[in-house]
Amino acid sequence: MSDKIKITLTVNGTAMTAEVEPRRSLADMLRDDLRLTGTHLGCEHGVCGACTVLVDGKPVRSCLMFGVQANGASVRTVEGLADGDRLHPLQQAFWENHGLQCGFCTPGFLMLAAGALEENPDMTDEEIRDVLSSNLCRCTGYQNIVKAVRLAAEVMKAGPAPQATRS
Amino acid sequence: MKPAAFAYLAPTTLAEALEMIDRIGDDGKILAGGQSLVPAMNFRLARPGTLVDINGVAGLSGISGDSARGISIGALTRHAAFHTPPFSGPLADLLAKVVRNIAHYPIRQRGTFGGSLSHADPASEWCLVTATLGATLHIASLTGTREVAAADFFRGTFTTALQPSEILVRIDLPPLGAGWGTGFYEFSRRKGDFALAMALTALRIEGGTIREARLGVGGVADRALRLAKTEAFLVGQPAHAETFAAAAAMAQDSIDVSEDIHAGADYRRDLLGTVIRRALAEAAA
Ligand SMILES: Cc1cc2nc3c(=O)[nH]c(=O)nc-3n(C[C@H](O)[C@H](O)[C@H](O)COP(=O)(O)OP(=O)(O)OC[C@H]3O[C@@H](n4cnc5c(N)ncnc54)[C@H](O)[C@@H]3O)c2cc1C
Ligand code: FES
Ligand code: FES
Repeated sequence: MSDKIKITLTVNGTAMTAEVEPRRSLADMLRDDLRLTGTHLGCEHGVCGACTVLVDGKPVRSCLMFGVQANGASVRTVEGLADGDRLHPLQQAFWENHGLQCGFCTPGFLMLAAGALEENPDMTDEEIRDVLSSNLCRCTGYQNIVKAVRLAAEVMKAGPAPQATRS
Repeated sequence: MKPAAFAYLAPTTLAEALEMIDRIGDDGKILAGGQSLVPAMNFRLARPGTLVDINGVAGLSGISGDSARGISIGALTRHAAFHTPPFSGPLADLLAKVVRNIAHYPIRQRGTFGGSLSHADPASEWCLVTATLGATLHIASLTGTREVAAADFFRGTFTTALQPSEILVRIDLPPLGAGWGTGFYEFSRRKGDFALAMALTALRIEGGTIREARLGVGGVADRALRLAKTEAFLVGQPAHAETFAAAAAMAQDSIDVSEDIHAGADYRRDLLGTVIRRALAEAAA
């Protein structure tokens, strides 16, 4: 009835295989089968955004996709953002601007912002706020997240694109 | 919050998908964007025995046509495709305005136009668009394709004319060419939430007089409603605030407004008037 299905995909630039039951969410597959626990799960019904990852470059809720649907896809998670010890501009800006407190929501916000900035590096303040309204944070009050994303956008436009944002 | 076990099928052609759902019958479900079905499965409100994933089916997505000729939308076209529509004109402006009110950016990357119509949430923006503008839906089954008018497609909350053996494949929206102005206004408590009330309109105004009108409301009844009587009233009237207030009052009197945990009927009726006035004013601006 629900035999495991073998799939292949790229995660943060590395080819991987997994054997999962169809009902396994992409989030659970990343966390439990591929041992990438940076992707968090809050609500498991699409509301909080803690589970946001990039699938073929687009930010999506990984609790609302099944692992088997990522067969052949390129997935990027928070583990793929930094380049070794060098933080991604978004991570650096979150750190410097107090864009996180407990950090539970942070992987989701980082991947949301990374995907949105890749689609449009010139987002207006209003567009940034609109995109960030997708995810929930219970600690920061959002202002510092907005600020961090705005500053990171400038750094990303000015500097050469860091290797780690490509896969 | 984990879904019950199911079997997973991933057809690559429409013929294959139709054959599968016909064979499986009531126990199967089509998986499109998954942005309504998967939450329901995670809550175990839905427990399909088999999912037929149509994301890999060729030829189901894309937008063709333009504002002057009308457009054709593949059922699997993602909401996000309307962030920057591949055509211009009043119809494009309207759809680009509306899409920003559907859920959130990441949900719009997966959710599909056809999935929204098939799911038929009473507060779905795409359901309101198709009901108000008079869309034609193309529905395929093993025995062929039938065309259903949006007015006959929506039957109530989460209920449509679709049979378990059918797949919605394409939606045609009629033209809204030069001369039309459009308006959309929605009220929800938080950004991205379903609307408590929303109104969508298109007006063709000449020399300050309304010549043609489309007006529909959503989130206030068991389905999106096209307000034909109010449309008829608007035609021939001057395009100003007094007319819009009279139209709003007319709609408030004629609709048996729904009530739920989010809003009582009185409050919703009040909102209904406000969203209609604001949508009409925007279309005339
Ligand atoms: C947090 C959150 C907020 C949301 N807010 C809004 C909102 O404000 N407005 C809004 O409109 N929506 C909202 N949605 C829902 C979203 O728009 C969904 O994408 C949409 O309702 C369903 O489309 P889907 O492609 O995801 O369909 P799915 O979830 O895959 O399917 C939904 C249903 O339709 C059936 N189905 C899908 N495609 C077809 C087809 N081609 N033929 C026949 N049957 C089909 C499925 O079998 C299923 O029963 C929200 C969702 C979330 C998670
Ligand atoms: S865990 Fe996926 S949106 Fe909350
Ligand atoms: S930092 Fe704690 S939830 Fe956002």
